[in-house]
Amino acid sequence: MIDIAISAILTVFILANIMNLGGLLLWVERKGSAILQDRIGANRAALLGKLPINIGIINTLVADPIKLFTKEDFVPPNADKFLHWMAPILAMVPALIAFIAIPFGDILVIGEREINLQAANLNVGILYILGMVSLGVYGVVLAGWASNSRWALLGGIRASAQMISYEIALGLALIGVVMTFGTLDLQEIARAQGHMIGGVLPGWGIFYQPVAFFIFLTAGIAESKRIPFDLPEAEAELISGYFTEYSGAKQATFMLVDFLESIIVAGLITTLFFGGWQVPFLMRDGLHLPGDIFYPLPSLLVTLVQHGAFVTKLAFFCWLQIMIRWTLPRFRYDQLINLGWKILLPIALANVLVTGLMILIFQA
Amino acid sequence: MAEALARQLEDTLDPTSEVMSLQMGPSHPATHGTVKFNLKLDGEKILDMDVEIGYLHRGFEKMCEQRTWNHVVPYTDRLNYISPLINNAGFALAAERLLDIQAPERCQYIRMIMSEISRMADHFTCLGMAAAEAGAISVAFYGLEARETLFDIITAVTGARLTVSYARVGGVTQDLPEGFAERVRGAFKDIRAVMSDCDNLLSKNRIFIERMSGVGVLSKEDAISYGVTGPLLRASGVAYDVRKSDPYLFYDRVDFDVPTGTEGDNYDRFSVRFEEIRQSMRIIDQALDQIPEGPVRVDDPRISLPQKKDVYGNIEGLMNHFKLVIEGVKIPPGEVYQAVEGGNGELGFYLVSDGSGRPYRVRVRPPCFFGMAALGQMLKGYMISDIITTFGMVNMIGGECDR
Repeated sequence: MIDIAISAILTVFILANIMNLGGLLLWVERKGSAILQDRIGANRAALLGKLPINIGIINTLVADPIKLFTKEDFVPPNADKFLHWMAPILAMVPALIAFIAIPFGDILVIGEREINLQAANLNVGILYILGMVSLGVYGVVLAGWASNSRWALLGGIRASAQMISYEIALGLALIGVVMTFGTLDLQEIARAQGHMIGGVLPGWGIFYQPVAFFIFLTAGIAESKRIPFDLPEAEAELISGYFTEYSGAKQATFMLVDFLESIIVAGLITTLFFGGWQVPFLMRDGLHLPGDIFYPLPSLLVTLVQHGAFVTKLAFFCWLQIMIRWTLPRFRYDQLINLGWKILLPIALANVLVTGLMILIFQA
Repeated sequence: MAEALARQLEDTLDPTSEVMSLQMGPSHPATHGTVKFNLKLDGEKILDMDVEIGYLHRGFEKMCEQRTWNHVVPYTDRLNYISPLINNAGFALAAERLLDIQAPERCQYIRMIMSEISRMADHFTCLGMAAAEAGAISVAFYGLEARETLFDIITAVTGARLTVSYARVGGVTQDLPEGFAERVRGAFKDIRAVMSDCDNLLSKNRIFIERMSGVGVLSKEDAISYGVTGPLLRASGVAYDVRKSDPYLFYDRVDFDVPTGTEGDNYDRFSVRFEEIRQSMRIIDQALDQIPEGPVRVDDPRISLPQKKDVYGNIEGLMNHFKLVIEGVKIPPGEVYQAVEGGNGELGFYLVSDGSGRPYRVRVRPPCFFGMAALGQMLKGYMISDIITTFGMVNMIGGECDR
């Protein structure tokens, strides 16, 4: 009974957090891009008109959602009403539930009970997340199809072609990681990165799989459909791509899904390549500094620090994706597919091969 | 014709595929200036493209016939509204040729400097918008920032950002403000910084180069036969520039290069425009050194308005003012064609006068009209995304193209 309660609490915790982070990312995107472009950016809707420094956070987190959710929900006359309604949900749900397999801390000991800080401890965590992220494309394709608009249709087709091209490279990049750590369980992968290489360098995945990291970052951005891979929506070409015919809350949903997907990508990068919740020198019982210096620390403090480290890394990669989004131009449809099949896929395959060879050599 | 072509193309397609017709515009995020493309698509590939212009037609040429010569100047502001000073100068030059007068030397230099500043603003807008539509929105803002420093100078000189109305037949409205040269040279420092940013973010960016190079190719022969001028023609490898081939103002007294491309693709167009900004700065630098002191309007009561103290102080001045404002400058009968190098190419004014105070006929050769004519040819066989970059490089300005 208590186990179920704990799982429920963890799930709600994750859901609430990533939903809020999605909203915050929208604000970071607005304000961040404004700073990048020498603009002022969001600065309306002060709290009761009294805040001395108005940084637009109320506007983005409260006023905008209210505006979007109270707008008319327009459905084009010849659209497939059911699918049109279904599509945002199909896009949203996988993005929301994918995150539960990502560990956001080590074991938290409260009294006798040991709580694994991961909403669902799946032994096929990576496969589960990949599966969920892939399901998200159904929402996009159906949105494009159901809208009965040619712009939306083109966006939907682009999305499906893009997903196919990138998920293979994405999956192959992960195979290298899986081979290195020998498990699909994300919590185990995070734990395996706790040691130090040569006593100074943290044993994070990026130092074992640097190539996989760059492939994964590229394919991950493509997966979350953001510039330079935002072809399905490409506002200059396809107006808004697959969600051209969506308004109000449904459109807000699609926008949120983009952010959720970049959070998932950031979460995966953190877990697989940057040690997840690991902090260098910090073990479950305390701080192990080089030279056999040991400071014991209480479990709660360690957990909080580790969770803080996870959130910081996650936030950094979300920020990185936003900065990339505001710096680069976008690819063209055929160039993107070329990149996926002709460049990323061979590199990923070579990476798997080299990883296999290295494992053979080092184990022998 | 287009229908037949599409049908013919349809026969060559994969039997399971179907031609999709798509109307891009008139209200589409990329069709700035309101234009419509009727597309025939095979997937994302363009089989046929029909360009529909005219959404911004205002009857500019007919309107001019109802106004005195000087009243036409504000209308010319609205032709290419990014570089109105070039239009102003072009119209004034044409009218002065009909009158067979020369504006004072200082005035001509001012027109030249302001034309080049406008050209820089025009190119920055074009390049920035092209980058924004390719997805690199930040670069667009850097471009707009550079343009804003130029607009600040224009505001200081003319009193307006866009609707400058700076030229008059026989001169300009007012002299340059104090400290103009220092201000311009100071602005150039900022602009060079912006340009090196753009260079790093675009010219050396692999994605951007791939988006632009080899796209929208227009061969030298096609470019000439379509009558394309300006950066488009120069990108195709023809070093035609009105400022060199038929120097007006004092372009023959300054030293500058005409950049040309080799491939005639979008990347060449981009590079040519980029280089032209540098050349404009060179021209302005030299012109600022050469500019003499003196009046900025011709000293002729039949052409220039009298001093305000005369208008209010004596009857001759008042009469002179009244006649000029109500009846306009009397330009002797005749016709003239005067071309200037606008931001997008040869901007021509063909004026006919019947000796009254108003133009008998005004005809403008808008540079981007010819680019739009060639657009369909440039894009056949390319993809939807290429429309955006190519259209951005053709740089249609609605006010100028549709008049």
